Amino acid sequence: MTLHVLVLAGGLSPERDVSIRSGRRAAEALRRAQPEWEVTEADVDAGLLDLLAAHRPDCVVSMLHGAAGEDGSLRDLLESLEIPFLGSDARASRIAFDKPVAATIAERLDVNVPEFMVLPQSTFRELGAASVMAAVVSRIGLPLVVKPTSGGSALGVSVVRSAADLPSALVGAFSYGATAMIQAYVDGTEVAACVSGSPDARVLPLVEICPPDGIYDYAARYTAGTTEFFCPARLSDDVAEDVRRTALAIHEGFGLDDWSRSDVIVDGSGTVWFLEVNVAPGMTETSLMPQAIAADGRDVGDVVADLVRARTS
Amino acid sequence: MSGSRLDPWVDSYAQRAHGMTASEIRALFSVASRPEVVSLAGGMPFVQALNMDMVAETTARLLRERGATALQYGSGQGDITLREQILELIAEVGVSAHPDDIVVTTGSQMALDLVTRVFCDPGDTVLVEAPSYVGALGVFRSFQCDITHVAMDDEGLIPQALDEAITTARAAGKKIKMIYTIPSFHNPAGVTQGPGRRADILRIAQSAGIVVLEDDPYGLLGFEGEIPRALRADDSEGVIYLGSFSKTIASGLRVGWAVAPHGVREKLVLAAEAATLCPSNFSQLTVSQYLATQPWREQIKSFVELYRERRDALLDSLQAMMPEGTQWTIPAGGFYSWVTLPHGLDATAMLPRALAELVAYVPGTGFYVNGQGRNNLRLSYCYPDPDRIREGVRRLAGVVESELDLARTFGTTHSLTTSRGESTPAPDLA
Repeated sequence: MTLHVLVLAGGLSPERDVSIRSGRRAAEALRRAQPEWEVTEADVDAGLLDLLAAHRPDCVVSMLHGAAGEDGSLRDLLESLEIPFLGSDARASRIAFDKPVAATIAERLDVNVPEFMVLPQSTFRELGAASVMAAVVSRIGLPLVVKPTSGGSALGVSVVRSAADLPSALVGAFSYGATAMIQAYVDGTEVAACVSGSPDARVLPLVEICPPDGIYDYAARYTAGTTEFFCPARLSDDVAEDVRRTALAIHEGFGLDDWSRSDVIVDGSGTVWFLEVNVAPGMTETSLMPQAIAADGRDVGDVVADLVRARTS
Repeated sequence: MSGSRLDPWVDSYAQRAHGMTASEIRALFSVASRPEVVSLAGGMPFVQALNMDMVAETTARLLRERGATALQYGSGQGDITLREQILELIAEVGVSAHPDDIVVTTGSQMALDLVTRVFCDPGDTVLVEAPSYVGALGVFRSFQCDITHVAMDDEGLIPQALDEAITTARAAGKKIKMIYTIPSFHNPAGVTQGPGRRADILRIAQSAGIVVLEDDPYGLLGFEGEIPRALRADDSEGVIYLGSFSKTIASGLRVGWAVAPHGVREKLVLAAEAATLCPSNFSQLTVSQYLATQPWREQIKSFVELYRERRDALLDSLQAMMPEGTQWTIPAGGFYSWVTLPHGLDATAMLPRALAELVAYVPGTGFYVNGQGRNNLRLSYCYPDPDRIREGVRRLAGVVESELDLARTFGTTHSLTTSRGESTPAPDLA
């Protein structure tokens, strides 16, 4: 059966560049896996709805990162147009996209979440930045992590080791959004747990991330050769099982579908801490999901094709 | 047990490649290519102002009449007819030379590369303006030069600062190989050296025995008064002059040149042959045919009028809309104005907010190698039309106001997330 699959990538988010690379790579993999399918790629702009109405693809694969792509809004539109799409529905995406909401729901699922606070810029202005920052440091302790409440690729994320660096970190986060999430820093091993499959989701081989200087920032993520990855991760069987259990709890508890990637930290005692979950995992040359898929003995194109088939059957 | 770094050659790269990393800031510029965004970031010449029918006819005629030559290898030094024609252009900035003194290159960027290749060993010092052209900094970095910035003011490079920089560098045992300068309509500072200052700079360079690398891509794009006289016009032995057709005809043709003293030129030709064998014959002959058959001086005049109108739109908008405490240079030609933000603002940290408000600029840090420029940004007026420029400045003013609010809340801050790698856009960004 010939299917028309539309891969969406780009958009206006700060992750546009990453999204375009993810989209191109996913589309190429799908074309290789299913040469008889019609796989097209499109940016997301004012012409998108007309494009969807005119061509009515059998399935949309959204590789959009950041707002619109992951906040559920585009998925809402696709649902209203009754166009099948890969990945989680709008409601689940909204939960995952908002990091404080995701952390709160994760806590309710009995998943360990580093202590966090959520503070809009206006709070610092109205209550006085110095006293609010002092309260933050008093409660969370140092080091701590400051990040925007949404978005990926570590954009606007800072690790703060000294109280003197907190103002700069907050300014950096507020450049990407009006509210910052301030979270306790967990020293440990960073692990990505990718979940794939529908309806029977399973966790792919875990990817351990060893960035230079311990900080998995933008350059460490997207410069090949910079970060060392171990897949499967070098974890004891018990800890690895805990990570898998955490990722599945998040995937199922949030109502996620098709695929997701949970980012966790395993501390020195072997405790697994949930950081965030992505509903549109990156597919670039240095992204984590393709590594997990390869370690599972599969090809990205075959995995995407299976998910598309499941969506359209 | 070792993992995967996703690049099997990571341990094989040369030292000079180690700084070539993905950059958060550069990735952000991807958004700037969207039509919703007013980009005051890139430096793309407005080639749409060319008469495309005329360009098509020029190219077609070239292929009809000299196709076999145009599509063949050519001389490593460049086409002789074009070199003779270049003499006419450089005469406009007072430079007198022989066709043999000219080496045609793939844009003047390649000439920058060749000159550095010929002069600089790793660790050699190059003196550059503060700020300086990012493409030159990239070349100097790639040859592992020690780059030292020298202060500028509204008249460009400050002779006294140059003198002091030479003294200081030599006292520290550094080997200074070049003084790199953009005397006319500076990128990114938008300033121009006056005649007296040019004489002082030449005198200092001659006295110190240091060659001057004069980069002059914008020299013919002055908006008022006489065309500035090139440094090379007054020192044929101590100055290597770089020129380009990128701004006067079309950047896509990638034709530039170096005018160099005999000994240097011989080496540049050999270095050019090693790098590319020869510059594109097709591009060279296209330019040559254009110069021979088209009113190129009139075309440059029309470019000047177009850019002057856009410069005025930018300056008027800045004056009308930017918050108090913002300063900017007033370019008398070229493509750029250099903005200094109110105290305490960080143009690098502000960029994501600007892009969210659909306006783009280049943060000042990209024009330094030492972390300076956080309080600065470069605005380019060459590509958007005046209405878009006004809209872009309106958006930017709002962003600066928001940033002032942040600064009032948190005090003076600089972003912690210093991006490694390039912090300026790729050349194909408007």
